[in-house]
Amino acid sequence: MSGEKVQLWRRLAVTAALLGTARAHARAFYNFQRPVTPIAHDVLYIHDLFLVIIAVLFTGGLGALLYSAIAHSRRRNPNPATFTQPVGRKQWLWASVPFAVLLVIDYVVLGIPALHSILALADTNDAQMTVKVTAHQWHWQYQYPVYGIGFSSNLSTPQAQIEDRAPKDKHFLLEVDHPLVLPTHEKIRLILASTDVIHAFWVPSFGIKQDVVPGYLRETWVEIEKPGTYRGQCAELCGVGHAFMPIVVVAKSPADFQQWVSQEQSREAAVRATATETLTQAQLMARGQAVYLKNCAACHQANGMGLTGAFPPIAAGRPFNASPQMLAALKSLGFYANGVIVEGPVAKHIRIVLHGIPGTPMPSWSSLSALDIAAVITFERNSFGNHTGEVIEPAQVAAAESGH
Amino acid sequence: MSAVNSAAAHPEEHHDLPRGMKRWLYATNHKDIGTMYLVFGTLMLFVGGLLAELIRSELMTPAMRVLSPEAYNQVITVHGLVMVFAAVMPLTAGLANYLIPLMIGAPDMALPRLNNWGFWLLPPAAVLLVLPWGLKLLGIGTGTIDTGWTMYAPLSTQSGPGADFAFVAVLLLGLSSTMASINILVTVLNQRAPGMTMMKVPLFAWSWVITALLLIAVFPALMAGSIMQITDRHFGTHFFSAAGGGDPVLWEHIFWFFGHPEVYILLLPTAGVLPHVLSTFSRKPIYGYEAQVYSFCAIGVMSIVVWAHHMFTSGMPTAANIYFMLSTMAISIPVAVLFFCWFGTLWRGSMTFETPMLFALGYIVLFGIGGLTGLVLSDAAADQQYHNTYFLVAHFHYALFGGPVMGLFAAFYYYLPKMTGRMFSERLGRWHFWLTLIAFNVVFLPQFLLGIAGMPRRIPDYALQFAPLNLVSSLGAFVLGATQLLFLYNVLRTVFGKSGTKATDRVWEGAQGLEFTLPSPPPFHTFSTPPVTE
Amino acid sequence: MSAVPDAHHPYYVPQPSPYPILLSGAVFLLGLGLALLVNSFAAGWWPLGLGALLLAGTLTAWFGRVVGETRSGVYGHQEERSFRWGMMWFIASELVFFASLFGVLFYERNIAVPWLASFTSRAWSAYTPWPHFSATWPSGGPAGRPFQVVAPWGVPAVNTLILLSSGATVTWAHLGLRAGRRGQLKAGLALTILLGALFLALQIHEFSHAYTRLGLTLHSGVYGATFFILTGFHGLHVTIGTIMLSAILLRALKGDFSPERHFAFEAVTWYWHFVDVVWLMLFVFVYWL
Repeated sequence: MSGEKVQLWRRLAVTAALLGTARAHARAFYNFQRPVTPIAHDVLYIHDLFLVIIAVLFTGGLGALLYSAIAHSRRRNPNPATFTQPVGRKQWLWASVPFAVLLVIDYVVLGIPALHSILALADTNDAQMTVKVTAHQWHWQYQYPVYGIGFSSNLSTPQAQIEDRAPKDKHFLLEVDHPLVLPTHEKIRLILASTDVIHAFWVPSFGIKQDVVPGYLRETWVEIEKPGTYRGQCAELCGVGHAFMPIVVVAKSPADFQQWVSQEQSREAAVRATATETLTQAQLMARGQAVYLKNCAACHQANGMGLTGAFPPIAAGRPFNASPQMLAALKSLGFYANGVIVEGPVAKHIRIVLHGIPGTPMPSWSSLSALDIAAVITFERNSFGNHTGEVIEPAQVAAAESGH
Repeated sequence: MSAVNSAAAHPEEHHDLPRGMKRWLYATNHKDIGTMYLVFGTLMLFVGGLLAELIRSELMTPAMRVLSPEAYNQVITVHGLVMVFAAVMPLTAGLANYLIPLMIGAPDMALPRLNNWGFWLLPPAAVLLVLPWGLKLLGIGTGTIDTGWTMYAPLSTQSGPGADFAFVAVLLLGLSSTMASINILVTVLNQRAPGMTMMKVPLFAWSWVITALLLIAVFPALMAGSIMQITDRHFGTHFFSAAGGGDPVLWEHIFWFFGHPEVYILLLPTAGVLPHVLSTFSRKPIYGYEAQVYSFCAIGVMSIVVWAHHMFTSGMPTAANIYFMLSTMAISIPVAVLFFCWFGTLWRGSMTFETPMLFALGYIVLFGIGGLTGLVLSDAAADQQYHNTYFLVAHFHYALFGGPVMGLFAAFYYYLPKMTGRMFSERLGRWHFWLTLIAFNVVFLPQFLLGIAGMPRRIPDYALQFAPLNLVSSLGAFVLGATQLLFLYNVLRTVFGKSGTKATDRVWEGAQGLEFTLPSPPPFHTFSTPPVTE
Repeated sequence: MSAVPDAHHPYYVPQPSPYPILLSGAVFLLGLGLALLVNSFAAGWWPLGLGALLLAGTLTAWFGRVVGETRSGVYGHQEERSFRWGMMWFIASELVFFASLFGVLFYERNIAVPWLASFTSRAWSAYTPWPHFSATWPSGGPAGRPFQVVAPWGVPAVNTLILLSSGATVTWAHLGLRAGRRGQLKAGLALTILLGALFLALQIHEFSHAYTRLGLTLHSGVYGATFFILTGFHGLHVTIGTIMLSAILLRALKGDFSPERHFAFEAVTWYWHFVDVVWLMLFVFVYWL
C-alpha cells in the first residue's frame, strides 16, 4: 500500500516535471504527432491556425469579462447603467462588428483551407497501388492484390503487461506481430472493409481517420514522405477489444519495399506449402497451443473457460449464457445444448474458425494458414478436458476452404 | 421587467394541502412535481458522477486494474445515458415545472396530471437501464448495454439483453419528454397572466418553449430508431444491416438527428436562466431580450439541420461533409449573439459576486471554451484528427458540464432561497464554486492535449505516452467529485432549515420577475387569481 | 376547490390523482415484459400481462374521471384551450414519428441500396462482398431471398377508399352534432367505426397473404422491414383510433356533447384525419411508387 503511494507520488513528480519541460517534448506530448502526408500537413496547418484564433477570441472575451468584473463592480460603479440594446445607427454598427468578424473567421479564414483539404482528402484518383484493409473484432487484416500477398496484424503486447504483471514495453498496446508495410512517395489507395461492426482506421501521422462500415466499402489515401514506423488505433468503439487493435505502419523506401514484397511472397508460399503436410498429433498439439495463445486466448481465455456472457468456453460441458444470436448460432452449429457447451462436429468447427459466426464477435480466421487452423482445432478438441482424440490435418482445412 | 399588480400576486393559502406519501406519488402541484424532478435529477447526477469516478479510476494508470473491458464499456455507456437523460434533462425540466408557472403568473401547469405522468416515467426508465446489472448478479444475461451512449449498429445488434432494456428505457424517456414538453408549451401558450404578451415572457420560459419544440420535433425519431434496433435484434429486419440492403450509418443519422438538437435541449434552459442571474447581480436590466429570443429560435431551427457533423469520418459523400460543415459554422452566429447579450447585461452594471453569479460567470468562461473548440470540430477536414479522441471528450464536457451543469448550479443557488425560504451558506457556496472551477479544468484541459496527441476515446487502457496527463485528469476528477458533496451538504442543510437566515421575498437585491413578488417559500397554490402585467 | 363555473372562475387544478403513477407503472411493466420476452425469458409474460391490464384499467378510470369532470362543468374555455393545444402537439409528435419512418424508407431506397450497388463499378468491384447486387426497388438487399410485393391497385386501393370514406362519415357525424341532429351523429360514428374495423380486417388479411403467399416478411430485407414497420404502426394507430371512436360513440349514446362544446369528439376526429393522411402517404410511397 505504502509502496504504491510512494509510486504515485513519484509519478506525480514526474508529471509535474514533464509538464514543466513540455516544450522540449512538444511533438510527443501535447501536439499532433509528426505529420508525414500532405493531408496531415494540411490538417496541422488548420489546427495551428484554429488554436491561434480561438486563443485570441478566448483571451479577448475573458479579458473583457475580467475588466468588467473589476471596473463594473458595485464598489467602483455604484450606479448601474440602464441600457438594454444598441441605440442609433452608430451603436448598431459597432454591435454588428463582432458578428462580421466571426463570419469572416468561419467562412474565409477557416472555411477556405477546410474546403481545400476536404476536396484533397476525397481525391483518390491516380493511386499507384491499392491495399485492402479489413477490420475484424479485434485485429486488422491487410491485402495487397497486385502482389498476391496478405496477412493479419494482431496486437503483440503480452496479456501479462496488460494485466500489470510484467513491466511494459515502450510501445505498450501500440505494437503488432505483422505491421502494414507501405512504400514512401507513392500515392496509395486504401480500400477499407469490415466483417462485423463499425471500426475506424486512424493513424495520427497520416491525418486521416476513416470509419469502416460492415457490408460497405470506404476508401482513403496516403502518400508517406518519410520512412519510419507510424502507430495508430481503432477509433470507433467496436466491443471489448476496442483498445487492443492497434495499427502499425512501417514505411519503406520503394526499393526496400520491393525487397519486402518478395520476402513476404516467399514466406507466404512456404506457409501455403504446409497445407499439404501431414503432422503427428503431438506436432499439431504443440503448434496449436502456440496459435491458440496468440489468437484465441484473448477472448476464450488461456484456460479455455471463456467469459460468461460474452465468449463461449472451449471446454465442453461448461455452462454458458450470452446474446440470443450467439446462443442460437452455437446451437444450430451443434456446439451448445441444454445450457452447456458441447463438442460439435469437426466440419462445423473448421467452418467456424474459417468463416467466423456472423452476428457475434467470432471473426473469420481465414487469414491463418491451413496448417495453423488444423493445429489449433486439434489442440482445442484435445485440451481443457476435451478428449476427442481427433487429429485434423491441414488438407482437411484446405479442402473446406476451397469448397466455399 | 414588468410592473405587477401586487395585490393580486398574493393569493390566499389553501387549506387542502395533501400530506404524506400521496402528496408526492399522486402529485398534481407544479412545485411538488418540480421538486421531485430536481431531487431525482440530483440523485442521478451523483449516480452518473460515481460512474465517472469509476472511469477515471480505471484510466488513472495504464493497464487494466479496476474494471474489465466489458464492465468499462458498460460503465461509460450508462454514465453517458444517465447524465444526459436522467440527470441534466430532469433537472432542467424540474426548474421549468417549478418556475414557469411562477414566472408567467399561472396557477399551475396547464395539464397537471399529465405532468405527474411525465415525471413518474423517469424512475422506471432509470431502473430499466441498470436492471440488467442486477440480473447479471443473478446469473442472467451479460449486464447492461455496452455500446456507448450512441448505441451504434451493428455493435448494438451484437450486444446482450441489456441493450433491449436500454432501448425500452429510451422509449419511456421519449414518452416522458414528449409529455413534459407538451405540458410546458401549452402552459406558456395558454396560461400567461393577463397583459403578458409572448414578447414579455421571461427568457427562461422562452428558452423552454424552444426546448420543448425541439423535443417534440426530434425525440420521436429516436423512439422510431429504438424500435427498429429492437426489430433488427430480434425480428429479422435489416434496417441497419447491409445484407438486407440496410445501412449501419442510417442509425447514425437517426441518432444524431436527435442527438445534435439534444445538445441544445440540454443547453437552452440554462442559457435561459443565465440572463436572469446576470441581470440580478449586475443590477441592470437584461440586455438584448429580443435578440436572445430570436437567437433561441434560430438555434432551435439550425440545430435540426446540422446533425451529421458528428459523422464526418463515417464516409459520407464530400458534398454532404461540406454542407454539414458550413451549416454548423452558421450556428456560431446566434450563439455569439447570446454571448454578446450576456456581456451587454454585465457591462457598466453594478456587480456583486454571490454564488449564483460566480457560477453564471463560470458558465460563460467554460462554455466559451466548449463553444470555441466546437468551432474547431466543425471543420470537416480537421475533424478527421479530433473525432473520437479525448479532444472531443474534453470539448463536450466543456459544453455540457461548463454549460448546463454550471448553469444548473447557478439556477439552484439563485432559486434555492426562493424555494426553501432560507439562505444557503454563502461561504460553502463559494468554496463549491472555486473548487469546481479549478478541479473541472484540471480534469478536462489535459484531455484536450491527450486528444491532440492521439488518444482515442472509449478505451479502457492506453499507450504509455498518455500516462502523465491521464493521471492528472484522474486526480482532478476525484477532487471534482468530492467537491460536489459540499454542494449536497449545503443544499440539504438549507432545505431542512439548519442554516441561519431567512430569505426575503425578493431574495436578491436586484431580482426582477413575478416569482420574486411571492413569499419565500411560495405557498402551495400561487396565482389562483392571475396577476396583471402592464 | 370550487366546482362551480363562473365567468371568472379559477383555472381548474385537479386534486392529487393516482392515475399518472399507475399509468407509469403499467408502461414500466409493459417495457419490462417486452425486454424479457424478446430475450426468450418466458417470465416476461407476467409483467406484460399485468401491464396491459393495468394500462387498460388506468386509462379507463382516468378518462372516466375526466368525463365526470367535464359533466360537472369545472372546465372553462381556458381549460379547453389547454386540451386543444395539448392534443395538437401530441399529434405533431406522432407526425414526426411517422415522418422519421418515411425518412428511413427514403434513405434505404434512395441512398443505401444504390450505395451498395455502386460497389460493382470498376473502381470497387474487386473488393466488394456483393459483386452481383444491383439497385432495384423493391429490394431485399444483396443477401435477401426473393419475394413478391403487394399490388397497390387491389386491396390497398380499396383500403384507401375505405379510409377516405371514413373521413367523410366522421365529418358527417360532426355536422350532425353541430346541428343538434343526434341521430346523424350516432349513425356517422357507427359507420366510421365499421369502416375502421373493415380496414383493419383487410389489412390483417393482406399481412397474412404477404407472409403465406408472397414470401414478403419482416426478414425480406429493407423492403419487407420498411413495409411492415410503416403499415404495422399505421395499423396500430387505426386500432387505437377505432377504440377511441367507440368510446366517443358510447358517450354520444349516453347523451354527452353539446353542439357548442364537444372537445373530446373533435380531438378524436383530428386523430382520425391524421391517421387518414398518413395512410395516403403510405399508399403513395409504400404501395404505389
